[in-house]
Amino acid sequence: MARTHRVLILFAHPALEKSRMNRRLIQAVQGMDSVTIRDLYESYPNFYIDVKHEQELLLAHDIIVFQHPFYWYSSPAILKEWQDLVLEYGFAYGHEGTALRGKKFLSAITTGGGEQAYGREGHNYFTIRELLAPFEQTARLCGMEYLPPFVIQGTHQLREKQQIANHVEDYRKAIAALRDDAIDWERLRQSHHFNHDLAQLLPAQEVANRV
Amino acid sequence: MSNENFFFQAFIYLAAAVISVPIAKRLGLGSVLGYLLAGVVIGPFVLGLVGQEGEDVMHFAEFGVVMMLFLVGLELQPSLLWRLRVPILGMGGLQVIGTALVAGSIALVFGLSWQMSLAVGLILAMSSTAIVLQTLNEKGVMKSEAGQSAFSVLLFQDIAVIPILALLPLLATGKATEVSLQAAAGDLIFVAAGGASGPTAGLPAWQQALLVIALLGGIVLVGRFLMQPVFRFIASTRLREIFTATALLLVVGVALAVQAVGLSPALGTFVAGVVLAENEYRHELETDIEPFKGLLLGLFFIAVGASINFNLLFEQPLLILGLVIGLAVAKFSVLLALGQFFRLQLSQSFLFAFALAQGGEFAFVLFSFATQNRVLTPEVAEPLVAVVALSMVMTPLLMILHDRVVQPRFVLTEPEREPDAIDENENPVIIAGFGRFGQIVGRLLMANGCKVTILEVDPSQIDMLRRFGFKLFYGDATRIDLLHAAGAEQAKLLVIAIDDHEKSLEIVDQVRKHFAHLKILARAIDRRHAYELIRRKVDVVERETFGSAVEMGVGALKLLGERSYRAQRIASTFKANDEKMLYEMAELQEEERLVAVRSRRQAEELERVLRAEDRELTHDVERAWDVSDLRKEA
Repeated sequence: MARTHRVLILFAHPALEKSRMNRRLIQAVQGMDSVTIRDLYESYPNFYIDVKHEQELLLAHDIIVFQHPFYWYSSPAILKEWQDLVLEYGFAYGHEGTALRGKKFLSAITTGGGEQAYGREGHNYFTIRELLAPFEQTARLCGMEYLPPFVIQGTHQLREKQQIANHVEDYRKAIAALRDDAIDWERLRQSHHFNHDLAQLLPAQEVANRV
Repeated sequence: MSNENFFFQAFIYLAAAVISVPIAKRLGLGSVLGYLLAGVVIGPFVLGLVGQEGEDVMHFAEFGVVMMLFLVGLELQPSLLWRLRVPILGMGGLQVIGTALVAGSIALVFGLSWQMSLAVGLILAMSSTAIVLQTLNEKGVMKSEAGQSAFSVLLFQDIAVIPILALLPLLATGKATEVSLQAAAGDLIFVAAGGASGPTAGLPAWQQALLVIALLGGIVLVGRFLMQPVFRFIASTRLREIFTATALLLVVGVALAVQAVGLSPALGTFVAGVVLAENEYRHELETDIEPFKGLLLGLFFIAVGASINFNLLFEQPLLILGLVIGLAVAKFSVLLALGQFFRLQLSQSFLFAFALAQGGEFAFVLFSFATQNRVLTPEVAEPLVAVVALSMVMTPLLMILHDRVVQPRFVLTEPEREPDAIDENENPVIIAGFGRFGQIVGRLLMANGCKVTILEVDPSQIDMLRRFGFKLFYGDATRIDLLHAAGAEQAKLLVIAIDDHEKSLEIVDQVRKHFAHLKILARAIDRRHAYELIRRKVDVVERETFGSAVEMGVGALKLLGERSYRAQRIASTFKANDEKMLYEMAELQEEERLVAVRSRRQAEELERVLRAEDRELTHDVERAWDVSDLRKEA
């Protein structure tokens, strides 16, 4: 069995009490071994981010996940603030800024609009991968490997409980697989989205044992 | 007294107190009544365990009254005393004159001579400082109109004892022998007869007056300028017991000095207390003296209880009881009229009148003095001593009558004293203290639909709040029964928003003991208070002025030309650092209690923090958005 990765989930949702999807997602990964959840709006209600502490957390983990609803083609404000402050010159990038080198980066996002809205024909025009380019480039500049994003779309239309439950289960499996290094990395790198053909990426039986 | 006997007596007194006071408190009778009843039980007429040495104990215990007045003085800034000058002179003076006239007239009717009647009237005009202050404190109403008025009157009486002592010998119809006069004066531990004894005896009056003035001036000067460095030096020895010893020495010393020039030690220590009210070590003095005061005062009450002459009561029950009731009615009427005359609210007038409607401890002294001076005959004085003692015992009962029967009648305009019934859905939050601080917390919570139960001791606040439909309880949150009534069992949070340092800590301790599930949020009056709250692991500690002061700092920075957001971030950094510091310091406190060490260390820490702050701020605020490094690299 491969070595265990430590996973840091930077979670941002300003009104969690109203969320259907994100609340379930974060609950699903709560308390997992080697997984640290950082609820940014809870930790920094007035946006005063403890830079040093956040940097220490980054250093202590191997896989960095940004989990958030997709607001105006980007993250909620606090996560942008976090990036501006924590990913400092000399720490995350630039001269001697090598602290994050070799770590993996994953965006785990939810969008209200459906998949068809994100494309040349849809009203968002750009695809999700295109819109996530700032995150991808951020990871690249920091020397991190950018993984295909975990995207749940059309949350506004989600009606059935089972649908939500499926997504939640997928997320848990994905995080567990990242942690346990139980992923077909080659295949993943060629995928567009982490969760579109999850079954093929994960050797199912191994994951099931540890979740 | 042999050693064995001493220990036996101490055991009896302590056991009586330990057994009876908690029971009395549980029954809602107050500690004073508990002590008094304990005294009756162990006294010569029930168990007879004590009694022979009663007088010795009494003298020893009277020192509790002296200490109490010292503590009262400590609480009183001179400015407050000045503010009270009208009630002290007006209410106090009229009370003494009015009661003396009423009681004296009754005595005349009973066929006493006018001299005797006047003496009896003046003596019975005194009320019990010890009982009233203790009772009102326990009820947490010292700051109410009635409490302040009662305090003013008591203060005036304590001062009036001196001229009364001077006057009594002039009323003598028989001839007092020099010997008995000396003995009488020597007997009085807290009232020395002016010029009758001590080293000043025999001096001409003007020299005595000069001595008194010199001594009082000395107390003021020494208290103002010398005590601070002395306390600092003592504190720096880090020996807590020596600090306590110093505090006791101070009180005993002042008492002796004042007595030597023929003043009342209680009055002298009161003055010393007032002088030290603004001293940096006031709180330490208070906490050090407090337990001694409490025990000695308790002892005093027990001694009063033990000294009640039940023989007289059994011989002439109707006369004695009639006199007790007569005294109470007379004093009550005068006080009620006085309260109304000085425009107290009616309910406050009632509280004031009920509280002071008893004879005082000075009466014991004055009666024996008057007897020895042949102003009164033993046949007149002895029943009256018993009457005074019984009226003192009656005070806590009168207060219960007041709370249960009289006060509820004011329910329309005033708070209910006792909750009627426990609602099924109790509120999740209890706020103790609904003044400037508590109101803001409460309003914020209620704006968010959260139901709040409020405990408040100021009746005028309560009136207004009722109109807005708040659920209110009148009273002191240190009272467990009140917290019970307010639904502490079902509540989730207790917000302590009162502005009394000691009370606040007391509430924390009590609540931890009785309602362990309650999360506590406390308003810290100052840093020192914050440390103590943090050490008690209070869930949320908020320094009362900190937040708004930081906001004002932000305002200042902005006016100085700093951009708003930067000013805001500087404040956030400062706040975070200061809070961290606070919690670290709170832990340090444990070992390093002593004040001098603490304040010196604090000064150093502050410097360190301020210096470090500079670097921190630059780091946090500037670095993230500073592109100079990038430019260099480019």
